[in-house]
Amino acid sequence: MSLLDLSGIEKSFGSVSVLHGVDLTVGAGEVIGLVGDNGAGKSTLMKIVTGMYQADRGSITLEGDNILELTPGERRARGIEMIYQDLALAKQQDVASNIFLGREPTRRVLGMSLVDRRKMKLDAQKMIDRLGAKLPAITRPVGSFSGGQQQSVAIARALTFNPKIVIMDEPTAALAVREVQSVLDLIRQLKSQGIGVILISHRLNDVLSVTDRIIVLRQGRAAANLLTKETTMPDIVSAIVGGGDVMVAAAHEAQG
Amino acid sequence: MATPQIQSVPSLWARLQEKSIEQLHIRLESIVVLVGLAAIMAILSPFFLSVSNFMNILLATSTIGVLAIAATFVLSSGGLDLSIGSVLGLSGVVGAAFAVNLGMPTPIAVLATIGAGALAGLVNGWVITRGFVPAFIVTLGMLGIARGLALVISDGRVIYGLPDWMLFLGQGRPFGIPMPVIILIIVAIIMHIVLAYTRYGRHTLAIGDNENAARTAGINVEFHRLTLYTLSGGLAGLAGLLFATRINSGDPTAGITYELTAITAAIIGGTNLFGGRGSILGTMIGAMIMGVLQNGLNLLAVQSYYQQMAIGCVLVLAVFIDQFQQRQETKV
Repeated sequence: MSLLDLSGIEKSFGSVSVLHGVDLTVGAGEVIGLVGDNGAGKSTLMKIVTGMYQADRGSITLEGDNILELTPGERRARGIEMIYQDLALAKQQDVASNIFLGREPTRRVLGMSLVDRRKMKLDAQKMIDRLGAKLPAITRPVGSFSGGQQQSVAIARALTFNPKIVIMDEPTAALAVREVQSVLDLIRQLKSQGIGVILISHRLNDVLSVTDRIIVLRQGRAAANLLTKETTMPDIVSAIVGGGDVMVAAAHEAQG
Repeated sequence: MATPQIQSVPSLWARLQEKSIEQLHIRLESIVVLVGLAAIMAILSPFFLSVSNFMNILLATSTIGVLAIAATFVLSSGGLDLSIGSVLGLSGVVGAAFAVNLGMPTPIAVLATIGAGALAGLVNGWVITRGFVPAFIVTLGMLGIARGLALVISDGRVIYGLPDWMLFLGQGRPFGIPMPVIILIIVAIIMHIVLAYTRYGRHTLAIGDNENAARTAGINVEFHRLTLYTLSGGLAGLAGLLFATRINSGDPTAGITYELTAITAAIIGGTNLFGGRGSILGTMIGAMIMGVLQNGLNLLAVQSYYQQMAIGCVLVLAVFIDQFQQRQETKV
């Protein structure tokens, strides 16, 4: 049984049909690359997984349980985490507030349920240290950090609550070379812990180097489901653009 | 305040500022302004420094203070409630109508006063979150609707003669301290704890900071907003109760332009106009600054028309300083 199982997902916005019956499975410890042109439906599909959008048709199960009716918060509690391309951080709040946003630990004081700031700070610091991230101070608002540091906070938030599935939307798009390597290392580390990862990326080199399987979305359909170790750059490019003369595009991508 | 550009030991001011913001959620500048303003008033007027005048300031601040708490919650969630002054007037009239015209017992009249405010806030929140009409427009509309409704209910007249138990809320002085001041202090402490230390408060700030982040974190943003506007209306109702019981009447014109003073107090207290930052203790200092300013201008026999102008100037100045600081802090 796979960890996450999507089948026959359909979604349209008004008269615009975005997904026409997409199937996708992710096993424990499996890294899936989700690639496709802009507008192919990658983000919409992932938002359906996190519960931000409701699918018109199709089923989603996590470890065999139907999660279609659950809210985004409930799906997070079940272990589906997503790291957004814009990071979705509250910039004026500190690191701990961001990591624990929506899941703040509480303690009872005089009958009132108050947020346990001390525990939040300690746990946040532990998580940041575990990721090996270097932050100026965890009590500072995250808006004062660099892009890479902010991303560390977003990653820490996704990993703090022992997720089963982590979805990463373009995690390497805005990073320096060394930071890209540390994100790819992190993905391998998650895999070794048995966490399923879905990596959305336009950087096909990154996708080829860390994934086990690659799903290519084209015009709202899963156009290809490729085993990474049997796949080459031209195969992926061909599936993305839909056949035809792909040599020029593939050669360009191969240069990295 | 010159901060060194190189990484060095932070100055005493910077360290105190950090502690103050972290522990009390107050920027030190606002305390300096309050003390400075009080010092100026003390020098200019011999009557300023006295216990009875201090009580006067607190009493005059109590209504605005409760409204400013409402403004802080809504502003720090990235919203806006312009209707609180009118809702204050409407609530006072409803309470007086219940107690005087309908002869209801005090507890029911008190609940009706606060309930009328909460209901107006609920309508605001419902139209904003379900109808997707901008908060500016909805609450501007409610500013007119609530004021008009207050005049309709009271037939344009002041409703006099509240029962004794209600008057105690506005005019009682246990231990020599006016009841409205006691109520303000209790409400301020509770709401400070709610905003700074509960999940509800943290989520309020997060929604104002980055609505999308709050939504992806699983927070029900629309419902949270609905409760915030209801809370704002309920607090305006409480302010209406304090006002009406202090002057022993439901006055349909009570609270005109109070939203201006309340929002000013919240912003002076460090609330971010665009959401994401706010503290009730800070707002209380802001409300005290407004109270000292008005009291001082009264003692100096400055015409009330000029006071209105002074409040407007303070609002613009406070936002200017806040924006200036933020530009400095984000400057590369």
